[in-house]
Amino acid sequence: MAAPDTYPRPWRDQTDPPFIRIKSITKRFGDFAAVDDVSLDIWQGELFCLLGGSGCGKSTLLRMLAGFETPTAGVVEIDGQDMSRVPPFARPTNMMFQSYALFPHMSVEKNIAYGLQRDGLGRAEVAGRVAEMLKLVQLDGLAKRKPHQLSGGQRQRVALARSLVKKPKLLLLDEPLGALDKKLREETQFELMTIQDQLGVTFIVVTHDQEEAMTLSTRIGVMDAGRIVQVGEPRDIYERPGSRFVADFIGSVNLFEGEVEAAAPDFMRIRTAEGGILVPPEAGFGSREKVAVAVRPEKIRLSREAVGADNALTAVVEDYAYMGDCTVYKLKLPSGRVVSVTETNGFGAEPFTWDEEVHLGWPAAAGVLVRG
Amino acid sequence: MRLFLPIVAGLGFLFLYVPIASLVIFSFNESKLVTVWGGFSTKWYGELFRDPQIIDAFQISLTIAAISATLAVALGTLAALVLVRFGPFWGRPVLSGMTTAPLVMPEVITGLSLLLLFVSMERLVGWPAGRGMLTIIIAHTVFCMAYVAVVVQSRLVDMDDSLEEAAMDLGARRVRVFFDITLPVIAPALISGWLLAFTLSLDDLVVASFVSGPGSSTLPMVIFSKVRLGVSPDVNALASLIILVVALGIGLAALAMRKRR
Ligand SMILES: Nc1ncnc2c1ncn2[C@@H]1O[C@H](COP(=O)(O)OP(=O)(O)OP(=O)(O)O)[C@@H](O)[C@H]1O
Ligand SMILES: [Mg+2]
Repeated sequence: MAAPDTYPRPWRDQTDPPFIRIKSITKRFGDFAAVDDVSLDIWQGELFCLLGGSGCGKSTLLRMLAGFETPTAGVVEIDGQDMSRVPPFARPTNMMFQSYALFPHMSVEKNIAYGLQRDGLGRAEVAGRVAEMLKLVQLDGLAKRKPHQLSGGQRQRVALARSLVKKPKLLLLDEPLGALDKKLREETQFELMTIQDQLGVTFIVVTHDQEEAMTLSTRIGVMDAGRIVQVGEPRDIYERPGSRFVADFIGSVNLFEGEVEAAAPDFMRIRTAEGGILVPPEAGFGSREKVAVAVRPEKIRLSREAVGADNALTAVVEDYAYMGDCTVYKLKLPSGRVVSVTETNGFGAEPFTWDEEVHLGWPAAAGVLVRG
Repeated sequence: MRLFLPIVAGLGFLFLYVPIASLVIFSFNESKLVTVWGGFSTKWYGELFRDPQIIDAFQISLTIAAISATLAVALGTLAALVLVRFGPFWGRPVLSGMTTAPLVMPEVITGLSLLLLFVSMERLVGWPAGRGMLTIIIAHTVFCMAYVAVVVQSRLVDMDDSLEEAAMDLGARRVRVFFDITLPVIAPALISGWLLAFTLSLDDLVVASFVSGPGSSTLPMVIFSKVRLGVSPDVNALASLIILVVALGIGLAALAMRKRR
């Protein structure tokens, strides 16, 4: 991967026009809004992940981009062109379906060639591009097989090849790796990124696997109940969740509920059941407002002696789980709240055990203030 | 206990096939008396092929069955497509009811109502003129179509919608999608629908008796009238031939289905 400073991030300065513009798009089924007033800009060459729980409207949003659903309100623009009146077969998009949707009566080869033939390409060119694609997804030997003669992973590659072969400007992948085992999944994730580098296609990938979103994407859009609640680079989403929902949805998190007690220029103090907790100053929060402090388990330090930290608490080890590279502790605070803390299993340190009293501390900068 | 299943299965097979087997065996009977075995002979088969009435009826029946099965597949498929693909629309419940009505309607009523329709149509618009093969074909198409619609409908419901969407996504227009994707995927249902319609038409006595005219007696009608004068061994031979044709048809259909899988 390129060094972070040279890696293009057009969404940061927003000087280039976005490639895909989704403007206040809504889709209602009867009274129910499956997608509710979503606006989103996506730039060329991005691998954008839509992340969210089941039924939050990810597939519906994707299907509106592909043209299978008509938006109740709002506009989709791709490459500056309004898509409202463009039927699916004329859009510069291709979609890889969650079910793969391979044509059962056609061989692997014919499945992949189908889109090219619809464009009226010559026989020789079609054959050439199909062969190229088969090589890319490492299915050279299986060209003559029918879909039912393939394994799940192979089918998934055929579906991928079929959606890529037309070199669409925009590729929509609906849970592309959902049916694969962990190893194949990781291999394919890597393959997807390579393909994207090679072809420069813009990807929108739907997933509800947050780890996958973290590894794959340039940016993540988190959806909840038909709305986009936060858009950002994986690191932003993880380190600076904009809401309690996002903090809770992405990774595990400890939430300390309380209210704003004092705001100074360089810190804020939140009054919680555990006492005052310091967080970095955050604009837009008034005094006495109900808030929560989100602290990731791996940002809290444990020790046997009291240490000086912005936030220090004592607790009793209630339970722990040894995970190999790290250990997850469940710690009970005097207030009754259980906090989870992840400790890397380094060298020589004596692990904590049940009912041991421990001191935990974290710097103010490790906490994030969220509403609710 | 261990023998329970084989015994039940054996009884079932006996029950189903003893009548057919006895029919086939007696078709090779030398004797003119149907129930008395007089030695092996194929003379009744020869007799059959010399009987112009039977040859004619056989041809008529095959022609009617082939044409009405084909028409029924075309119309039944269209009806199924409309019912499955077009969502709720004005008149859908009526169409849905009308396509399945012939399934549950007693044949006598279907036959009678079609006869009344043909007679009054002839009086009003002069078509179809008289009754004959044409009216039988129309009548058979009507009730076979219902069976085809049911078979095709269930196949369409099972079909993954995203197959059609995928084809469209790859640049195919609706008509193309239908011929490239939908039709091949539901083809097994069309084949079995056609065979079902063909056998139903070949088998039908009641409806055909109502709407046939002079010179258009189908095979079942001829057999029935012959049997009323007493069962003769050549009817056994004829029945054996029909069984052979049907068995061949079913075998071919099964083969076609297996290839598709
Ligand atoms: N054709 C439809 N008619 C009525 N409701 C629908 C229709 N399609 C989707 N919905 C509803 O819209 C909501 C969003 O559906 P969608 O398929 O977009 O969810 P999703 O985010 O893709 O979920 P999953 O992760 O489970 O695939 C769901 O509550 C679903 O029940
Ligand atoms: Mg979905």
